This record gives sequence, C-alpha cells and structure tokens, in this order.
Amino acid sequence: MLDQSYYDKTDEIIAVYGKKAASLIPIMQDIQGVYRYLPGELLTYVAEQIGITEAKAYSVATFYENFSFEPKGKYVIKVCDGTACHVRKSAPILDTFTKELGLSNKKHTTDDMLFTVETVSCLGACGLAPTVMVNEDVHPKMTPEKAVELLQTLRGGDVK
Amino acid sequence: MIKNREELLAAVADAKEQIRKYDVRILVCSGTGCIASGSEKVYEEFVKIVGTTPGVTLTFEPHDGEKQLGVKKTGCQGVCELGPLVRIQKGDQVVQYTKVQIADCKEIFEKSVLGDEVIETLLYRQNDIAYKAPDEIPFIAKQTRIVLENCGKYDAESFDEYLAGGGFSALQKALFEMTPDEVVDEVDKSGLRGRGGGGFPAGRKWKQVSRQKETTRYVVCNGDEGDPGAFMDGSVMEGDPYKLIEGMMIAGYACGAENGYIYVRAEYPMSVARLRLAISELESRNMLGENILGTGFNFYMHINRGAGAFVCGEGSALTASIEGNRGMPRVKPPRTVEKGLWEKPTVLNNVETYANVPKIVLQGSDWFRSIGTESSTGCKTFSLTGSIQNTGLIEVPMGTTLREIIFDIGGGLKDGGTFKAVQIGGPSGGCLTESELDVPLDFETVKKYGAIIGSGGLVVMDDNTCMIEVARFFMSFTQRESCGKCVPCREGTKRMLEIMEKIVAGKGELEDIDRLQELATMIKSTALCGLGKSAPLPVLSTIKMFRDEYVEHIVDHKCRAKVCEAMKKYVINPEVCMGCSKCAKNCPVNAISGVVKKPFTIDPNICIHCGACKENCAFDAIYIED
Repeated sequence: MLDQSYYDKTDEIIAVYGKKAASLIPIMQDIQGVYRYLPGELLTYVAEQIGITEAKAYSVATFYENFSFEPKGKYVIKVCDGTACHVRKSAPILDTFTKELGLSNKKHTTDDMLFTVETVSCLGACGLAPTVMVNEDVHPKMTPEKAVELLQTLRGGDVK
Repeated sequence: MIKNREELLAAVADAKEQIRKYDVRILVCSGTGCIASGSEKVYEEFVKIVGTTPGVTLTFEPHDGEKQLGVKKTGCQGVCELGPLVRIQKGDQVVQYTKVQIADCKEIFEKSVLGDEVIETLLYRQNDIAYKAPDEIPFIAKQTRIVLENCGKYDAESFDEYLAGGGFSALQKALFEMTPDEVVDEVDKSGLRGRGGGGFPAGRKWKQVSRQKETTRYVVCNGDEGDPGAFMDGSVMEGDPYKLIEGMMIAGYACGAENGYIYVRAEYPMSVARLRLAISELESRNMLGENILGTGFNFYMHINRGAGAFVCGEGSALTASIEGNRGMPRVKPPRTVEKGLWEKPTVLNNVETYANVPKIVLQGSDWFRSIGTESSTGCKTFSLTGSIQNTGLIEVPMGTTLREIIFDIGGGLKDGGTFKAVQIGGPSGGCLTESELDVPLDFETVKKYGAIIGSGGLVVMDDNTCMIEVARFFMSFTQRESCGKCVPCREGTKRMLEIMEKIVAGKGELEDIDRLQELATMIKSTALCGLGKSAPLPVLSTIKMFRDEYVEHIVDHKCRAKVCEAMKKYVINPEVCMGCSKCAKNCPVNAISGVVKKPFTIDPNICIHCGACKENCAFDAIYIED
C-alpha cells in the first residue's frame, strides 16, 4: 500500500495536464520523474481519474520503453549504443558497468538502489562517442577506465 | 506585450541596437555535445570572471564609460569533437577557441576579451595551420548554413537575440503581406522536401491540408529523432528553438491551424527545456496565443515528450502517441493530411523542414531553388560521426558529394584510417562505399544506390569496422523497436536477426544470404509502415556492397576487420610467452595448457574467443591471428 502522499502528489500532477485521455503519457512521465518508477497502484488511480480503463492505461505504459514498474536506482546510467557509439566501441563500456556493479542481462538495478544500468539507442551527442548519460548529464568520450572512475565519483559525491 | 507590427519592428530595432552596443560577446557553445564536455562550467566561470572584474559590466542595458560584455549560451558551433567551444566576438571580428577548460577562462578573458591578443594554443588546427575566425575553418567554410545560420552566433535562449538576428521577419511578411494561399504556394514552389527521411514535398502536404473541408486543423512537428547516430534535429531544437516555432507558426497561418504540437524524443531533455522556455517567452509577449500582432491569427504551441519508442517517428504512430495511445502506425489511407491528429487534417513535418520555412518565406522560392539540385532544393544538415577526424554538425547544399563532406569538411578519417564505407540514413538506410564517394547526395541519386538520405546521420567507417556486424547491429535495433502490429516486421525482422547472429557466430551457410534476401524482399513489400518497409535495407545494402565479406564469414570463418569474436583465433607467441600460467588460470573453458616456465598453447577447438587471456597477459604474448 502506498501512503496518501503518493496520491496527493498524483492529484497535483493530474491537475497540471487535465483529466483527459491525452494526458495519460505526460502524467505517467511526471509520476516516474518523481518516484523513478511507475507504481502500479498509481497507474490504476490515474486511469480512474482521467476516465480511461485500467487495461488501456497498462497497454500504453507497457508499450513505451521508458516506463518501468520496477523501482530504479538513484543514478540511472544509460549507456549509448547508437551507431556512432557502437562503431567507437560502446560494448566494453556497458560490460564494465555491468561487471563492476554485479549486474546482468536480467538484473539492471543494484541491491542498494544506487545504480540502474540501461542501454539507449542514441543520446544525440554522437560527435563525442562513445557516450553515457547519468540521469540527465551526458558524459563524453567514455572508456572502460573512465566508467570505473565515474562510478567512484557517483558513489562518493552528490552529483545530481 | 508586442501588440502589432509597429511594436515588433520597434522591438527588432531595439534588439539590434543592444547587440551592437556590446564591446565584446563571449559565446559559449551550449549544444548537448559541448555541455557534455563541460561548457556549462566554462560559461559559469566566464560569468563569474566578468561579474567580479571592475570596469566591465554584464548587463544588457547600455552604460556609459564601462565596457559592455555579454556572456551567451549559443546553439551548436559545429565541431563537437573539440568542445567546449567558445567564440570571442568584437563587432565583426570573431575568434574561435576550442577545448576551452575552466583554467583557460582567465587567460582568455585577460588576453582576448580585455586585450586583443589571440591565444594560439586554443585555436583550431588542421594540417599545421591555425585558424582564427570560425568562418575560415575548413569545416565551417565549406558549409552553407540556412537552418543552422544562427547556431553559434546568438543566444539560443533569448527572444531578443533571435529578433536581432532577423527572427520573426518571415512571420511578419507572411501575416501582413501574404495570404495563406500565397504562403503555401511559395513553399510549394521552393521545392522544399521533407527532411525527416521520406522526402515528400512539404508544399504539396500543406496544399492538401488547406484544401480540406474540415476547419479544425493541426500543425505537428516530428522531433522524435530516433535514428541512432543522428542529432541534427536535436541541435536545431536546442540551438535555435525560436526558428522552429516561427516555421510552425507560418505553417499554422498558411494551413489554417491554431494549434501546433512538437513531439520531442525522451533522450533530449535540453531540447524540451529550451523549447519550453522559448514558448513561455513568446506567450508572455503575446507572440503566441490569441490575436497575434493584432492580425486575428491565433496560435498555441504544445510540447509532447516521447517515451522511448522509435516507431513514434512514423507519422500515424506519432499522432497516436500525442493522443495518449500506444504509438503504433495505422493502415493508410486516409493519410495524415486528411485524418491525422484527433482525426483532423494535420500538417506533419520534421524539425529541419519547418526550420527552413522562415528563410523561404523571407527570401522567396527562387532563392531557395538556386541552392541544391533541380529535384532536391536547398541544404541538408548531416551529423557527421564515426571514424572521422572532425565529428560534428554540418549543413551543405543538396547534391554535395560524400568526398567533399568526408575529406574537405570532415578532414578525412580518424587516426589516418582507411575509408571503408559510410552508413547513411540510419536503420532505414544503407551503406555507400569508396566507389560512391563522388555521387551527389540528393534524394533520388542516393536511392539508386540502395540507401536513403534519411534524416541525415552519416556514420563513417574505416577498415576496423565489420560490415556484417554493423548490419546485425541495425537488425537488432529494428527488431527491438518493431511495434509488433504487423507480422512481416514483427516476425520477419526476428528471423533476419537470427540469421545475422548465426553468421556473426561463424555458423552461417551460403544459403543464408539467399534467405536474407528473400525475407528482406518480403518485408519490404508487405510491412505496414515506412519503418518496417525499410528495416531490411541495411542488410540488403551490405549484401550488395560487401557480399565477399559475407562469404568470408561463412566459408572461411574470417572477419577481416577482426571484430567478430567467434572468428578470432587467439594464439600464444612462444617467443614471448614466459610460461607464467596466468592465461590458463583465467581461461573460463580450460582451453590453455602448458608447463610452467615453458610456452603455453591454446586449443582452438575449445577456445570460445572471449579474449580473457589476451587481456590479462602481462607480456603481450597473445595475439589474434590474421
């Protein structure tokens, strides 16, 4: 059970976009922006509030890659595997993150909820490939060594 | 509030005057690339230095007796690889600095801002020549910038700077001197074609929408730049957001629409932020909203963020997503121009297409037609990436050859590599090779060679790139991004990917090439949407251009680029090996054996080509055999 504050926050978000079917995606994005995932209970609540069926809400939420029903880590590390990054060897960087954090193909988030590692198809900073995005910050010209350093910085400091 | 044309003209004059008053402008590139390289901190450092230096002032308002300094965040200055980029502008004199670090700011400020000295070490260099002015740098000098005109020159976030650079004169001209039909005609005559990939004439689209009986219409901008390796649209949205909005407003006026939607992909937070800021700046001056400039023209802008689905770059999927649905393409007809967003007639163009509109309206279709080729008019932006010396954002006339782009503008291959191919058009495109270097890049010609201009991603590859692996990479991308609605794309791409994986793993058969071609032809002719139809193109194109590499992988188990793991044959050099046994301990499958202090050997039949031995060898005794 989620406590009342979750529903209050959701009400606030719904109010921004209005109670209509077209508001579903931006509402879900904002909820995920706040909680780093999309709690199922809230999705049901949103569906009810904006007048669509629960099935519809879930069909949309599961269609888009960005929505996650699983809580994500404090730092979401998106390793770019777009063409430019791929050609400039992004695979070893992903390997380094997964290895260093003890993650796998199935497990994307560390147990301490600090890191989530994902791949992304392009961050739009191809000129500086290979790149990695931590939350909203892009890190350029990555190497496996810099990946290890980045993790150390993130663990130690309060990088946003 | 800008209530009418006179007030706008006054605001323009004012903005121009203000800009002229600056003694020095420090222009810090704030494109995604440079921000990643740390330009934000460089910007802050300059603001700090300027703010704490007596005798200079940072304000916009004129002041007597003090030096007027501006520190500005501009759109992409181009050479992303050399960021953070900073330009120092004094009147018409501009100096371009590259790789500016926080530690350099003070020196720049003292020598180049307060003084007139140029810091040689921070200049752009090519073939031992140092270039001072950005326009002299070959990378920029050889471009023609229409859409990117303002990028690097003006503050991307400032309405006043956009005005000073000539912004909104096209909207003015349209609203006060032209009828909507005249605007549509002008765009039609210009020959402007969709820059998102399809190349459909924009004017024809606009005409079809304005002819509809239904009077509620929409203008939608596709900013869901999903092609991996492409960042042109993102750069325009974050580098010159006002220009995109102006283009959309003109489209709204021309086609009788009151609402405009920009669909921006989720990975571009900066584009969203800058567009939002621009919209609120415009709203606060009533340049967006009701009765714009007192003409009775109403226009409202909305922003939708994508949620990570490549297929939403397809028109009908994009409008479905704005409506709050799963972004899946639908069967056409009816086309978007008849029934688009909320089943209403919709003009749907991409970012670069709209960004071309203001200049066309202002300078006329004849001017636009004078650039580019007969059937592909104007310029095209490309993002130049991969194994190339100068990566970055460029804009060149249609019909420019690859040779000019790669060697004259891009400065040739990175680290003196050998050119192998360039991938153009992303997952919907194909490869062009050495023999196509002199082919003019325009919509028709590129198509003849089995590729497409697409949105403009150019990924240069050298001989360290395995074309089979690249084709597999694209296949896995389209397979993952297939929305699953139609069988040919959902199942077909999956089968194609399986075959590609088989070949890369060294288990391919020669018949696989025929199977790939058969599947590709089927998908091409039967998939529901444009993205599905073009999904097999990267494979088809590589089969056409690099068939011998496919055969080599299948028959000889050889990857000439030494990329495919399964083809690598790890060998221990007995002359170098000290017999320390570290490799044998690291080998996960016990393929390495030997006696300590004597050279070890790898059994190729057991080896799984993981590379753990090579990585950990302290003596570099392990190598990959040709």
